[in-house]
Amino acid sequence: MMLLLSLLASFSVFSLMAVGGAITLIPEMHHYVVESHHWMSGQEFAALFAIAQAAPGPNVLVVSLIGWKVAGLAGACAATVGMCGPSSLLCYYVAQLWQRWHASPWRRAIERGLAPLTIGLVAGSAMLMSEAANQHWTGWLLCAGSTVLAWRTRINPLWLLAGGALLGFAGWI
Amino acid sequence: MTPSTIIPSRRQLFLGFFSIGLSGFGGVLPLAHRMLVQQRRWLSEEEFTELLGLGQILPGPNIVNMSIAIGSRFHGVAGAWLAVAGLMLAPLVIVLSMAMLYDHYQSLPDVQGTLRGLASTAAGLLLAMALRMGTKIERHAVAVLLAVLTFIAVGVLRWPLLLVLLVLAPVSVWLARQRGRAGDKS
Repeated sequence: MMLLLSLLASFSVFSLMAVGGAITLIPEMHHYVVESHHWMSGQEFAALFAIAQAAPGPNVLVVSLIGWKVAGLAGACAATVGMCGPSSLLCYYVAQLWQRWHASPWRRAIERGLAPLTIGLVAGSAMLMSEAANQHWTGWLLCAGSTVLAWRTRINPLWLLAGGALLGFAGWI
Repeated sequence: MTPSTIIPSRRQLFLGFFSIGLSGFGGVLPLAHRMLVQQRRWLSEEEFTELLGLGQILPGPNIVNMSIAIGSRFHGVAGAWLAVAGLMLAPLVIVLSMAMLYDHYQSLPDVQGTLRGLASTAAGLLLAMALRMGTKIERHAVAVLLAVLTFIAVGVLRWPLLLVLLVLAPVSVWLARQRGRAGDKS
C-alpha cells in the first residue's frame, strides 16, 4: 500500500513538471526508479521504454509500464492516474480561460519561452535513453542508423522498430 | 465554433478517441490531426493549432491534455472523461499484455536480444525527434542558448528537473516577452 501511495505521489509531482509531455520526464523517472529506489536496472528501464514505443497509443504509456514493473497492475494504475491526474485537472480549468487570453501578449510569450526548454528536455531524455539502451557498439550503431533514417526519411517508425527487433533477435545487437 | 465543424455526441467522442489511441504508433499527434480536423471535422485548423499549443505549454502528456480540452469543450466534465478513457483504454491493455509477455519470457536469450534491438531503435527514434525539434527552434541566440542550457542541466549534469524548470521557465518566458516587445516596435 505504501508503495502504491509512493508511486501515486511521485508521479503526481512529475505530472506537473512534464513540460512538453511525458518524454521530457525520462531522466527524472530514471533517477526515481533506477538510481534512488533500485526497482529495476537501467536495461529493464530501456526495455520498458522500447515496449511502450512499439505499442500503439500515447507516449505516456511508459509510465504505466514503470508502475506495473514496480507494483503490478495496481502499480500501473497508480502511476498512470498520478501522471495524468493533476495535469488533466489543470488543463480542464486552463482550457476555459485560454480562449479568453487569446489577445494577451503573455500567451504568446509563454508558448515561445517554453519551446526551447522542451527541446532541451527532449534532447536530454534522448541522451539518457541512448546510454541506457545501447550496451555494445553494435547497439550504438543501430541507434545511430535509426536516428538518421527517422530524421532524414519519411519511413514509418514501425518498420525501423521491426528491423531493430529482427537484428536483435538474430543476435547482432 | 465555425459553422463547418461538427459537434460530436458523447458516444462519437469516446469512439473517436478510442480509434486515435489504437492506431497511433510512436506518438499519436499526426493521427489526431488528420482525424479531428480533416476526417470528422470536430475542429477547424485554427482551433486545432490553438488546442495543441495549450496541450504543449501545460505540463503533462500533450495528447491527454488535448483530449481533456476537446472533450470538455463539447460535453463538459463527462466529455473530458470519455475522451481520455477512449484514448487510454485499448493502448493500456495492449501495452500491459506485451509487458507481461516480456516478463514471462525475458530469460530467453532470443527475447533479450530482440528487446536490445528494439531498445536501441527506440532510443534512435527519440534522438531523431530531438533533432527534428532542434532544427525548428526559433532563430534567435537566446532561444538556442536556453535549449542548450536546459539540455546540459538535465541531460549532462542530471540536475533535478523541478529546480531547472523553476529557474529557467520564468526566465525564458520573460525573455520571450522582451523579444515580442522588440518585434512589436520594429
